[in-house]
Amino acid sequence: MDCVKKKEQELERKLRANDREYNLPFKYACLDVIRSLGVSQSLRVEVAAGESQSPQSALSVDAVKTNAIKTSKYNPFTFLPLNLFEQFQRIANAYFLFLLVLQVIPQISSLSWFTTVVPLVLVLTVTAAKDATDDINRHRSDNQVNNRKVKVLIDRKLRSEKWLDVQVGDIIKLENNQFVTADLMLLSSSEPLNLVYIETAELDGETNLKVRQALTVTGDLGEDIEKLADFDGEVRCEPPNNRLDRFTGTLTYAGQKYSLDNEKILLRGTTLRNTGWCFGLVLFGGPETKLMQNCGKSTFKRTSIDRLMNVLVLCIFGFLAFMCTILAIGNCFWELNEGSQFTVFLPRQDGNDAGFSAFLTFWSYVIILNTVVPISLYVSVEIIRLGNSFYIDWDRKMYYSRSDTPAEARTTTLNEELGQIKYVFSDKTGTLTQNIMTFNKCSINGKSYGDVYDYTGQRLEITEHTERVDFSFNALADPRFMFHDHSLVEAVKLENPEVHTFFRLLALCHTVMAEEKKEGELSYQAQSPDEGALVTAARNFGFVFRSRTPDSVSIVEMGQQRSYELLAILDFNNVRKRMSVIGADTIIYERLHRSCSKLMDVTTEQLNEFAGEGLRTLVLAYKDLDEGYFNEWKRRHHEASTLLDDRESKLDELYEEIEKDLLLLGASAIEDKLQDGVPQTIEQLSKADIKIWVLTGDKQETAENIGYSCNLLREEMNDVFIISANSPEDVRQELRDAQTSMKPGEDSVFLPEGTLGKGVKVMADEAVNGEYGLVINGHSLAYALERSMELEFLRTACMCKAVICCRVTPLQKAQVVELVKKYKGAVTLAIGDGANDVSMIKAAHIGVGISGQEGMQAVLSSDYSFAQFRFLQRLLLVHGRWSYLRMCKFLRYFFYKNFTFTFVHFWFAFFCGFSAQTVYDEWFITLYNLVYTALPVLGMSLFDQDVNDVWSFQQPQLYVPGQLNLYFSKKAFFKCALHSCYSSLVLFFIPYAAMHDTVRGDGKDVADYQSFALLTQTCLLFAVTIQLGLEMSYWTAVNTFFVLGSLVMYFVVTFTMYSNGMFFMSPSAFPFIGTARNSLNQPNIWLTILLTSILCVLPVVTYRFLFIQLCPTINDKMMFKVRQAKATPAPLPRRTRIRRTSSRRSGYAFSHAQGYGDLVTSGRFLRRPALSRSSGLTNAGRTTTGFSPMGRSAGYSPTGRLQNAKVPDVEVASLQMYRTITDPSL
Amino acid sequence: MVKEEKEIANRPDNTAFTQQRLPAWQPMLSAGIVIPGFVLIGLAFIGIGVALFVTSRSITVLEIDYTGVEKDSPCYKCSDADVKNCVCNLVFSIDSLFEGPVFFYYGLSNYFQNYRKYAASKDDDQLSGDLDAFTAPSDSCSPYDYNSNDKPIVPCGAIANSMFNDTFKLYRVVNGAKKLVPLDGKGIAWWTDYNVKYRNPSVTPLKNAFNNTVKPIFWPKPAYQLDASDPANNGFINQDFLVWMRRAALPDFRKLYRRITEGDYAKGLPAGNYSLTIAYNYPVLSFDGTKKVVFSNVSWMGGKNEFLGIAYLVVGSLCVLMSIVMLIVYAKFKFPEED
Repeated sequence: MDCVKKKEQELERKLRANDREYNLPFKYACLDVIRSLGVSQSLRVEVAAGESQSPQSALSVDAVKTNAIKTSKYNPFTFLPLNLFEQFQRIANAYFLFLLVLQVIPQISSLSWFTTVVPLVLVLTVTAAKDATDDINRHRSDNQVNNRKVKVLIDRKLRSEKWLDVQVGDIIKLENNQFVTADLMLLSSSEPLNLVYIETAELDGETNLKVRQALTVTGDLGEDIEKLADFDGEVRCEPPNNRLDRFTGTLTYAGQKYSLDNEKILLRGTTLRNTGWCFGLVLFGGPETKLMQNCGKSTFKRTSIDRLMNVLVLCIFGFLAFMCTILAIGNCFWELNEGSQFTVFLPRQDGNDAGFSAFLTFWSYVIILNTVVPISLYVSVEIIRLGNSFYIDWDRKMYYSRSDTPAEARTTTLNEELGQIKYVFSDKTGTLTQNIMTFNKCSINGKSYGDVYDYTGQRLEITEHTERVDFSFNALADPRFMFHDHSLVEAVKLENPEVHTFFRLLALCHTVMAEEKKEGELSYQAQSPDEGALVTAARNFGFVFRSRTPDSVSIVEMGQQRSYELLAILDFNNVRKRMSVIGADTIIYERLHRSCSKLMDVTTEQLNEFAGEGLRTLVLAYKDLDEGYFNEWKRRHHEASTLLDDRESKLDELYEEIEKDLLLLGASAIEDKLQDGVPQTIEQLSKADIKIWVLTGDKQETAENIGYSCNLLREEMNDVFIISANSPEDVRQELRDAQTSMKPGEDSVFLPEGTLGKGVKVMADEAVNGEYGLVINGHSLAYALERSMELEFLRTACMCKAVICCRVTPLQKAQVVELVKKYKGAVTLAIGDGANDVSMIKAAHIGVGISGQEGMQAVLSSDYSFAQFRFLQRLLLVHGRWSYLRMCKFLRYFFYKNFTFTFVHFWFAFFCGFSAQTVYDEWFITLYNLVYTALPVLGMSLFDQDVNDVWSFQQPQLYVPGQLNLYFSKKAFFKCALHSCYSSLVLFFIPYAAMHDTVRGDGKDVADYQSFALLTQTCLLFAVTIQLGLEMSYWTAVNTFFVLGSLVMYFVVTFTMYSNGMFFMSPSAFPFIGTARNSLNQPNIWLTILLTSILCVLPVVTYRFLFIQLCPTINDKMMFKVRQAKATPAPLPRRTRIRRTSSRRSGYAFSHAQGYGDLVTSGRFLRRPALSRSSGLTNAGRTTTGFSPMGRSAGYSPTGRLQNAKVPDVEVASLQMYRTITDPSL
Repeated sequence: MVKEEKEIANRPDNTAFTQQRLPAWQPMLSAGIVIPGFVLIGLAFIGIGVALFVTSRSITVLEIDYTGVEKDSPCYKCSDADVKNCVCNLVFSIDSLFEGPVFFYYGLSNYFQNYRKYAASKDDDQLSGDLDAFTAPSDSCSPYDYNSNDKPIVPCGAIANSMFNDTFKLYRVVNGAKKLVPLDGKGIAWWTDYNVKYRNPSVTPLKNAFNNTVKPIFWPKPAYQLDASDPANNGFINQDFLVWMRRAALPDFRKLYRRITEGDYAKGLPAGNYSLTIAYNYPVLSFDGTKKVVFSNVSWMGGKNEFLGIAYLVVGSLCVLMSIVMLIVYAKFKFPEED
């Protein structure tokens, strides 16, 4: 246990390179303790001793912290005890164990032990088998990971070792494309400036490369093994933790102290890219790595039906106790009045008074009536969910062939909740959009390019089959680039000067980095896909950006190599909304030279058209500068940029000054490509009364624009409120204004300020006149999510049809989800693709990951994953709805059949002296749930559909009952119980009256206990089977087979159990010998069975029929309609893109994330070893923030705590100014 | 993007099952099915009900209580528990021919053969002739497993111990002369009970099997001497024993005692006066029980039971009635087919 203390006390990690003996005594992890913790708290990550390893290595592993990981739970010896222990922690299993104990007490035992043991063993076995296979898989993947090879510096030599043998303090060598073995401190690399490039997709989901840089002092070690072996630096750093974006520590080497930060750390889970080799010092290994520290704390999600079921099961237990109490009291009275006199034939044991007898009876009835909560309920529920999950995996209509990705149900326990979703929280980039920007159209000098017309002048819809422009004239063209309008190429070829200038500008003015691995094979690294699209467009039209240095840009212009000198880079910020040469149209327009006003009008018209199609537009302009003026300006610019105070505003002034009287060139239109079918999906979902909130890190304009193009915001909406205030008061005021305009009459119903929410449990939905939209930005959202305002915000948001939150941090995404979960009591779904969506995916009831562009982080923490947003409608409207319907039908029916079964015992108690005598044969009790009724109800719950998938899409309203919990609720449950009560009365008293004093046709006995038991159980089975038939609305061959098969099975089993052979085997186990033969050949027995069956069903049919006629539900109407229509309707037509005639447009083609601007000027990024090493490192004035994880993963920490709460609002892009060197004519 | 050629390694199979397109019959509670269905079921039930009712009416039952609670009852004197070997005479008359075959039952009421501990108080192994169970009866027989001298009781248990032991002799009184009506005690138990479930140990003579055991406490004679007239009707396959061991489901029950099938009575009991001589041994008054004798004939539907016929009639009529109600509702309120 002192290990725990040590672990808790590890406030600082101290290690020395190449010195295992030194590092050994610290015992960085205490294996045994973690293991025992792992058991009790079921942590998924544990320290491994590697069972497959030899004993020595296991020992050594025990002693020292190594890099081995263990995600498995059991080994062959611990499996049985541990697994059983875990299983009996489940309340249901424990309950059955308790019943078993009761059953072995002879005074209490009213049923044989096997009635409980058989189901219990079956359940335990199935669960254990599932756990075992899961664990074997985990062992397998652990072994695979642990046995990967890596080169480790041991005894002054590089040796190939398994990952699990790597220890803290070791120096290891990584090669290109290798996974990083452990959390390393980067020592040296093959690249200039000791840079390495890493891909962090597995860690944070970002696909763009990141750069890490070693300290110069360690970088000088190079790949000199001798030097590396002599390296004895000591590292002191933070203890293991899970913060991916932060690291603090110091390196002491050769008497000097160096500070270490995240820039020098390679984390396990990342991959080395574009780097020949690198050396690293292991700081954290195995379970202590930040990757592993981030795993396994996923919360266990339960569905609302689960929660309801738990409540119901508790109620049932209460009801069970109530029934048993009544029967015990009955027994007490019976003993006093009758039993005490019946002693002639049944003597009482001494000292057994009525009270004690009642006490025993209570427990005896607990055993008999336990079937109200049958263990098979839990098993069946799991099976049904599993089956419905498989349907999701198997669905071809959710398979995306382009990436060969089928949908995947990663959690198999949440299916029915998919049918109850009320709120969908969606990420934008990569979820609604493809995160691919394509250069679609442009307007140059007033002429619009990009559309394709046929010979009659009709504009053609561009499809996959439209003929593409042939770029073969350009050897450097990107083969993936597609353009359909030939006239633009013609214009380029004809050397139209404006067109050339246009593309030259695109090729020059950007912050893209080019990489040319092979001659002619260019690949661009762009921070924003927009930039990449523009530069790629220029490339294909003959203006190929090839390489850059800090002060020049090389391009190939129509086959000619040219170099442009880069004169100045102007910063870009949110206020300016422009990049001087490339910038937002509305801003650029104000700065145009008067001479181009005519061109402006034409271009404006075209811009409106582009924007109307949802394209992201940019206006391009240029200006020739007088050299003298520029030099003077540059001097002032230099002065201003070194100012300490007020630098920003001074610079702004300068920019203003130079950015005027520009000459308009044209405009480009970039399509932020929506994924296929997004608008239709959103429309469908909103028809199903699902509210969609878009939570995006994007800017307000971008988000708004996408909101329109994906049909979330609509022109016909009464109003779209935009909340973007900078103080809490203003935000509150704006929210209130919005409420007032939505509900004019009720402006006095504002929630009081201050401590709201105490009494509020669930906020009701409010009806408003008209449709509204709400757009709120990150700042305002931060205020709106404060405790004092959250309800106000929620109320406003819920009154709107569509809500878009922009500039949202991952934490805020989760907060919004939590807010809705907390106060709306509705089922939420979050869908996203990036690491920044993980928090909301985990927070929502259901998390859906889009397996798309941005790595796997979101998918890994999601419950369901698929490749395209549009599959969401199928997931919800088809799979979710069916799952919910099936689960509810299952539960209703299951409770019905078991209550009915059990209640008959209750009635019989009044006729058998409350002696806990069962009505049925014990074999029947054992097999009722397992054999006789299991398959039919499973069949129903796996195959049932009210209407098929096409109709489900046709009528999204069918989804609404699920949101309202209509199919299974406390009320429905109560109805079930009442129905059961009626059925059980019929099932007991009809046979009672029919058999009372009657005899067989030959005068012999048929009113004996055994015949009565057989009769009642047969009646019961028929009644519940017919009831199932009524519930089932989709009779496949399988269902029919199950239903009829189960009935046949019942008779087969019964006749077998009651046969001579079985009796001879064990007379005491099969005492019902001959009962079936002697009673089932009597017509009055069969007439009784018929009567009870019909009598059980008739009222239900009558009730349902009248109900359907008098107040039909949407389902009834639909089913009627479908049956009438016979043929399935044609699938919904794919509507063409909705064209808007809106003046709304966005000018932001640039990612809000920080660009490469810094690097471009500093030269750090460039592979030019000639550049001075030190200048790149000590970046005066600016800290090296170039690659801190901003943008998509900004501020995200898997702990759910915000790391950098305020993302600076300054957009770091750049203004670049060029002076042509070789072509002064421009 | 680059890969235009489609890799379909992960594409799910296109089967009706995986795509949930299995052909299915989708019934619905439509008026076209429900209303005619109700009418048909109703009519069928009324038909069955009438048949059952008529049949049940045709069955003759004669029930006579002989518990002897009332002072004017001929068995009153026997109801005193202290009187041993009491015999009483029950006189009754039949107006017209009691059509045969006539079955002679005895009936008990307020008698809980279905009480759990009573029901469990037997040893099936012993009763199937297992000699091991003779020497060591099952615990379930307690307290009737061993007597006070620790000798095993065979047959053990409360059921066997409480075997009904009143005996009856039926006389036809013709002109004051009593003429014994022959009663057939064979074949009154289930064939399976007689041939399979209950078996005597294969020891001859049977008596030897019962060495070192004692008879049940209430029994006057051991099991191998139950029927002095027929050596084959002894031990566990004694017909009366078998009938008793098939315990009743409900606290009021009747059990077959004898059949009247022989000689002059093959066609039934002729009209006239009868006298039943009862050896009154079985105590029921202590628990407010009653004893009765029942003479009854049977039909294809078994013994007399009017409930089933009436129930069928009632349910059938209800069906027809409901179908009319539904028709009215359907005609008046049927939901609009189009929204």
